[in-house]
This record gives sequence, structure tokens and C-alpha cells, in this order.
Amino acid sequence: MFSQLIINGISSGSLYALVALAMVIIYKASEVPNFAQGEMATLSVFVAWHFVNAQFLPFYQAVAAALLFAFAVGVLFEFTVLRRAEKPSILELIVMTLGLQMFIYGIIGWKWGAEQKTFSLPIAEDSVVQLGPVVIGWLNIITIATSLLCVLVLYLFFTRTKLGTAMRAVQMNSTAARINGIRVHRIMSLTWGLSAVIGTIAGILFAPVSPLDPQLMWDPLLKGFAAGVLGGMTSPFGAVLGGYILGIIENLFGAYISLEFKSVVAFALIVLVLWFKPSGLFSRHYERKV
Amino acid sequence: MDMKRHYYEDIQIFQKPVHVFWFVVLLVGLVILPLVTRNYTMSLVNFIAINVIVTLGLNLLVGYTGQISLGHGGFVAIGAYATVLLMQHLGLNFFPALVLAGFVAAGFGFLLGLPALRLEGPYLAIATLGFGMAVTQIIGRSTFFGGRMGLKVPKINIAGLTLSSDKELYVVIISITVLMAFAMRNLTRSRVGRALIAIRESDIAAETLGVNLAWYKTLSFAVSAFYAGVAGGLLAIIFGYINPSIFDFVMSILFLAMVVVGGAGAILGSILGGIVVTFLDLKLNAVTSMPLIGDLLREISTRWMSVSGLPNFRSVLFGILLILFVVFEPHGLYGIWLRIKKYWKTWPF
Repeated sequence: MFSQLIINGISSGSLYALVALAMVIIYKASEVPNFAQGEMATLSVFVAWHFVNAQFLPFYQAVAAALLFAFAVGVLFEFTVLRRAEKPSILELIVMTLGLQMFIYGIIGWKWGAEQKTFSLPIAEDSVVQLGPVVIGWLNIITIATSLLCVLVLYLFFTRTKLGTAMRAVQMNSTAARINGIRVHRIMSLTWGLSAVIGTIAGILFAPVSPLDPQLMWDPLLKGFAAGVLGGMTSPFGAVLGGYILGIIENLFGAYISLEFKSVVAFALIVLVLWFKPSGLFSRHYERKV
Repeated sequence: MDMKRHYYEDIQIFQKPVHVFWFVVLLVGLVILPLVTRNYTMSLVNFIAINVIVTLGLNLLVGYTGQISLGHGGFVAIGAYATVLLMQHLGLNFFPALVLAGFVAAGFGFLLGLPALRLEGPYLAIATLGFGMAVTQIIGRSTFFGGRMGLKVPKINIAGLTLSSDKELYVVIISITVLMAFAMRNLTRSRVGRALIAIRESDIAAETLGVNLAWYKTLSFAVSAFYAGVAGGLLAIIFGYINPSIFDFVMSILFLAMVVVGGAGAILGSILGGIVVTFLDLKLNAVTSMPLIGDLLREISTRWMSVSGLPNFRSVLFGILLILFVVFEPHGLYGIWLRIKKYWKTWPF
């Protein structure tokens, strides 16, 4: 029972970790929590659904197309909106992402209507693997494996490639990066694109367990936020860990204490954490200067 | 150009006699409005006036103090439920219940303001977002609050008269709105208002000047929540019954849109934003019946989108509106108004 709950927790935690990771990558570059993250992912999942159900593409081609599409959406938003604003304050940045969120939400609803659709991975829904006392669904295995793979690939990308290093440079200090000949705006666009792709991967993994409607990613987004805050919005490593921790705690709480208030746990947890460590568990707190 | 010789000339409510004149014109206009319009228009005006109240409060928080709240729908919900429950269970009259409900909401605002002392920008946005969600979740799950079905709002009695028609409600709502706008104008030009603006510009600098950050930040949250609470009470009456799904995330975003579109940090901006955004929102609900635009949209829908999803056009437009205003006109409609005024003042030049 207990180990079963832990496994389920890790599975849903993987999704939160991916969303949190996507959020943190943008937060470190643009200093804004991207409220449109969920909608960008939902739109891309709908695009994948459209390719499968209206264009009759094979599943993997549709997913590849959706990931490309997500990348384009991320790049386009940075290019057309964020770059045009003159020295926006944090408040204005937040409002811009909220505007994008409403815009995409409306587009999804307008194009695909309100009736729910289903989008599933090409595997048998109820195929499971028995590991001693624990039963793991294939979907959970795929989710966990994909998220671990994503984290690994991103780690290598950020530490071993030129582009990844440039992204880190822009995140740390954009002025210094510009002086060293990095095209900050271009890197920023690519960062937004990358983040949208990660969010979409989470969306595609989440879609099989939830009805596909415009509000698909609201819950994972909020949990991803909570996970990011839990681990510290400036630490990708912390965000991933925060995702897993949140997933496990949430599942244990749901099983042993109250299923009804399971969705409120995330917020109670971040309020507690922020009270004691205002910058999250795994990131250092800097005192701001005037 | 007019020259100011003294600081108090700069912060007076009426800086020139012509302001008094226009204020009187506005009051007279508000008085004769119900005499010349239909009942339907009155219900529209009532709804706009209530949203103006929320916007005034939110603007104090967002525009003056520089904090953010994505959970003002939660305060409105608290105000609405508190008003109804106080009337039902304690048998209070409407006005005491409304004021008490305002204070209940202010109490919650104070509580939310406490963690806000340690949080800034994005973290605060998430905390307030969580608050707004939590309020509707808890209300929706508790039988005391009527659960998902909601509560029926009792009829309002004032001095033996039962208020039922929109015109009668208008008298109550518009006088409260004018009063609260006036109070807000007074607050923002006072010592408190200046302290809040100082916090917005730089909280560390404000602290070194002797502004008590803890007190003023929580105060601004509490006052803002008070406004939202009172508006919630009024909203409960014009709706006739309330349930948690009214006070959703989209509502909180709409309030923020009103502040941004109207102009952050300006009373006139709150009023303009409240009027324009609410009006647009109501008009967009029936967008297909509009001439020209309605046909165009229906054409687009059948060709590329879907007809059943057309109501979502409202979100699309508001999203674009928010982005455009932040990118091109960060001071909102009030900024446009200021520029027009300046243009004519200095005209041939």
C-alpha cells in the first residue's frame, strides 16, 4: 500500500517536475512566472489531437509536429510581445503572460469547442507491470521514464553545449552576456521555445489521464507552480525535486488524511515553505539592494 | 499654464472651480439617469458601478502600493457570502451586514497581507492566486455555504421599503460607489497614500524614510479587500443568488484587466477601466447579434474555427487587450486622457 502510494506520487510528481522545470527556465531568464505555460501546452496537445484525428497522421509524427508548434509559439511570444515592451516591470510582465493565457484559452475554445475529447498514448490503457507487491501501469512507467530522460537531456544541454551555456549566461546576467557577444534577445526567444516544448511534453503525458478540454493543464500548472516555489524558482534542480516531493506528499495526504482536500495541499505546503524559507528550499536567498 | 505655489494646491480634491462644476454635472447626471432610461440599462449600470468599486480597491493595491493580487475574486466571494449569511443567520439589516461583510473581507485581506510582507512579485502572485482558488474550493465543499448549489439572497428591506427593481437598487449602489470613490480619492492624497506610493517606487528607500512597511502593506491589502467585500455584497443582491462558480479565476483576471486598461495608480483610471471593461464584457456575451462584427465573426467561425466555440471570442479579445495595453500604453486609458489634455492645453505648440 505504502510503496504503491509512493510510486503513484512519483508518477504525478514527474509531471509537476516537468512543468516546474519549464517554469523555472523562463523565470530565470525573464524574471516572470509564465502563467501562459499551461495554455501553451494545452494548445499544443490540441494540435497533436488535431493531427491524429483530422489529418490522420501517425501518433509519433503528430507529437513531433506538436512539439515543433509549441517551440514556435514560445519563440513567437517572446519575439512579438516581450521584446516590444520597454523595460517592463514585473507586474507588467505578469499581466502580459496572463493576457497570453486568456488569448490562447479563447483560441482553443473557439477552435475546438467546449466538448471534451480524448487523447491517449498508443498503448493499452490498463496494461500493468507487477513488481512484488507494487502494481505499476505502463502509462506511469512511461511518464516517469520520459521525465527522467527530459531532465537528463536538459542537464547535458545546459552544461555541455554552447547554446545551453549561452542560455545560462543570459539567465545569470544579461548585460554581461551581451558584452561577451551573446545575442540576448535571440537566446531569450529560444529559451521561451524550449520551455514551451517541455511544458508540452508534460501536457502529452497528462492528457491520457484527463479529459482533453481547454482547462487541461490548469491543475498541473498550479501544482507545477507550487513545486517550483517549493524548490526555489531559481534552481532547476530544486524545481524537479520539488515536483517529486509534492507528488508524493499529495498522494500520501490523499490516502491517509483527506481525499477531498488533496488539491489544497500544494498551497498549504508552499505557504509553509515560504513562511520559513522565502526563496524556496533549494535556492539561496539574496537580499535585494536598492 | 497654471502655476502651483503651495503643496496643498497640488493635493486638493478640487484644484479649480471648473472641477467643482464638472463634479456637480456628474452628480446631477447620475441623479437623472434612472428617470430617462429603461430598467435593463439600469441593471447594466449597476453591474458596472459594482465593478468600479472592486477596481478602485484593486488599484490601491496594484497601482499605488505596487503589490499584485490574482485572488480578488476570493475577496468578492467572501463579501458576498458574508453579507448573505449575516442577514440570514443574525437577522441583520442590509447596511450593517454589508459594512460588516466589508470588514470580514478586510480581515482576510489583512491575513493575506501578512505573508505578502515576505513575498514579492511572482511569489506574491502565486500566493494570491492560491488564496482565490482556496476560497471557492472551501465554499464549494461546505454545506454551511450552500456547497455548489449556492445560496439564495434574501430580499432587501430599507426603512420598510422592499427594494426589488433595478432602479431602486441603482439608488443604493450608485451612492455607495460615489462615496467609496470619494473616500479612495481622499485616502490616496493623504499621508497614507503618499506612503503607499513610496513603497511602490522602492520599498527599501521608503523604509529608510520612516515608512512602516509592515503596517502600510497589510493596510493596503485590508483596504483593498474591504472594497472587494462591499462590492461582493452588492453583487449578491443584483444576482439574487450566489454560487462559488461565479467567483472564478477569470473574474480575478478581469478585475486586473480593469486596472491595467484603465490605468494603474489613478482613481479616474479605475473608473474608466471598470466602465470600459465591464461594458465590453457584457457586450461580448452577445457578440453574434452585433451588426457587421457579428457577421464577420460568424464567417470566420464557420470557415476556420467552430461556431459552438464562438463565445470564447471574449477571452481572445481580452487577452489581446491586456497585451496591447501593457506594451503600447502602460498607463492605460488614463494615460491617453492625460496626453489629450496636455495636447489641448499647450495647443498651438
